[in-house]
Amino acid sequence: MASPAIELHGVTKRFATPKGGIYTALRDLTLEVASGEFCAVVGPTGCGKSTTLALISGLEPASTGEVRVEGRPVKGIADGVGYVFQSDAVFPWKTVLGNVAAGPRYHGTPAAEARVRAREWITRVGLAGFEDRYPHQLSGGMRKRVGLAQSLINGPRILLMDEPFSALDVQTRSLMENELLSLWSSTSASVVFVTHDLEEAIALADRVVVLTAGPGTVKGTYKVDLPRPRNVAEIRFQPRFTQLYESIWSQLRDEVLVSYERQKHAAAV
Amino acid sequence: MSVRSTLRPSSVEHPHPEAGEGIPVNPSAQAGEGNAAELAARRSRAARRRRVVVYGLRLLFAALWIGSWELSTRLNWVDPFFVGQPSGIVARLWTWITEGTALGPLWLQAAVTMEEAVVGFIIGSLLGIVFGILLGRIELLAETLSPFIKAANAIPRVVLGSLFAIMFGLSLWGKAATAVVLVFFVVFFNAFQGVREVDRNLVANARILGANNRRLTTEIIIPSALSWILASLHISFGLAIVGAVVGELFGATAGLGQLIYNAGHTFDVNGVFAGMFVLAVLALIAEGLISALENRLIKWRPSRVSGEIPI
Repeated sequence: MASPAIELHGVTKRFATPKGGIYTALRDLTLEVASGEFCAVVGPTGCGKSTTLALISGLEPASTGEVRVEGRPVKGIADGVGYVFQSDAVFPWKTVLGNVAAGPRYHGTPAAEARVRAREWITRVGLAGFEDRYPHQLSGGMRKRVGLAQSLINGPRILLMDEPFSALDVQTRSLMENELLSLWSSTSASVVFVTHDLEEAIALADRVVVLTAGPGTVKGTYKVDLPRPRNVAEIRFQPRFTQLYESIWSQLRDEVLVSYERQKHAAAV
Repeated sequence: MSVRSTLRPSSVEHPHPEAGEGIPVNPSAQAGEGNAAELAARRSRAARRRRVVVYGLRLLFAALWIGSWELSTRLNWVDPFFVGQPSGIVARLWTWITEGTALGPLWLQAAVTMEEAVVGFIIGSLLGIVFGILLGRIELLAETLSPFIKAANAIPRVVLGSLFAIMFGLSLWGKAATAVVLVFFVVFFNAFQGVREVDRNLVANARILGANNRRLTTEIIIPSALSWILASLHISFGLAIVGAVVGELFGATAGLGQLIYNAGHTFDVNGVFAGMFVLAVLALIAEGLISALENRLIKWRPSRVSGEIPI
């Protein structure tokens, strides 16, 4: 078997806090994501989920331990990685077309060709006709589609998603989840999808990884053996979904409680 | 104190506890069911009425201000020799326009001053933008130069005008240089801050998408800092005019500053005010041009919400 798409071995990440202390976001995290696998990472607030993605993307270096993408150690931002951010990260001064065409342009594609490819992707995410709009003229869901097209046009082999749909309303959210699955099925990308929503994680992923309350490390991993293609809105009613939810939640609950107690304590101090 | 505290609970009490039982009738909801055209017409009428009121009040304010000035000098409550007189200022402007000033035609004086201001403004803001972005991007450079920049900013730079008068003589460059040193710092600090305030998510996104450092600067940092920079241009054009006028005070053969200086030295208060009036008009025109430029350059920004008008 080929080497996994993403490997983190005994990774620790510390940050220096402004007050001069040291904050450990991740401790001794070991995680592997197979090629083409959709892996969801869940955990309580502040357990280092986003930090994990920053390490894989090369935006942040690990303090200790080893991060490998496609067998090569990560040094700086690697090629073939896409990142969909939690908050809006589309460029407000570019039109939809300009935003989606940005990736190919940065990689040296001639402007005309980049525009043709961008139009294709805009159509694929259902935004045809909105090419000349600016982000502030779009709804939150539409801006997320722009963000998706912007990442996917580069043909990433690794797609990192940081709670991409958390700011959307429930209806838009399940629509976007279904579209993500259909877009993903036409690629062979490996996905790491960070979320605090366990339902979303089970509905989307092949495997769910539970992180402990910070400093984060892997508490358990669960294979999601639900058949594909899935309809996110309906899969929640399957008995197997409920079983999985109950067994994962029993693990996650303790961590959420730890994190909650800690926040209460911090607020009291 | 005690009276107040005994009164308070009664005001909190619900006036009609049974109101929820009845059928609430919202008059505005009923109107909303009517036609949209009617509402739009009401809206534009309200907007027009508001505009008329604002312009009327402005006119009233100007009339009161200028009228009381004119009246108090006419009645000799204050001496027009020291404070000038509106009718005298208008007469002076009229003579300048029809017969020319002591230094030559009025338009020529205005053109000379504007040329100095515009040249100083362009050079000063370009330098400010370039250095602001450089220092904003290169941390080491910023740390090295920051005490020098702070020191230079702390000194009253208009006095440099005398130095420039020596260096450049009576030419345009002495005045333009004074304008440059005034404009530079305002634009520089804004450009610097603008670069520092760039959304980190946008930078991360561009880097992941494959942007190199040059692309990052031209496509993310500069557009993002542009609203800061453009905001500073509004203030700094006024400063460019100050620089040009002050420069002219240190030695010139033409220009509005020189005209005002001459008027002052001949105890012609109306002439000083007339010169100021011309400067104000020119500054307002320039302000309008900068606003137009701003709207063109940042058309991606959501239009500012103008004050809501109650219908």
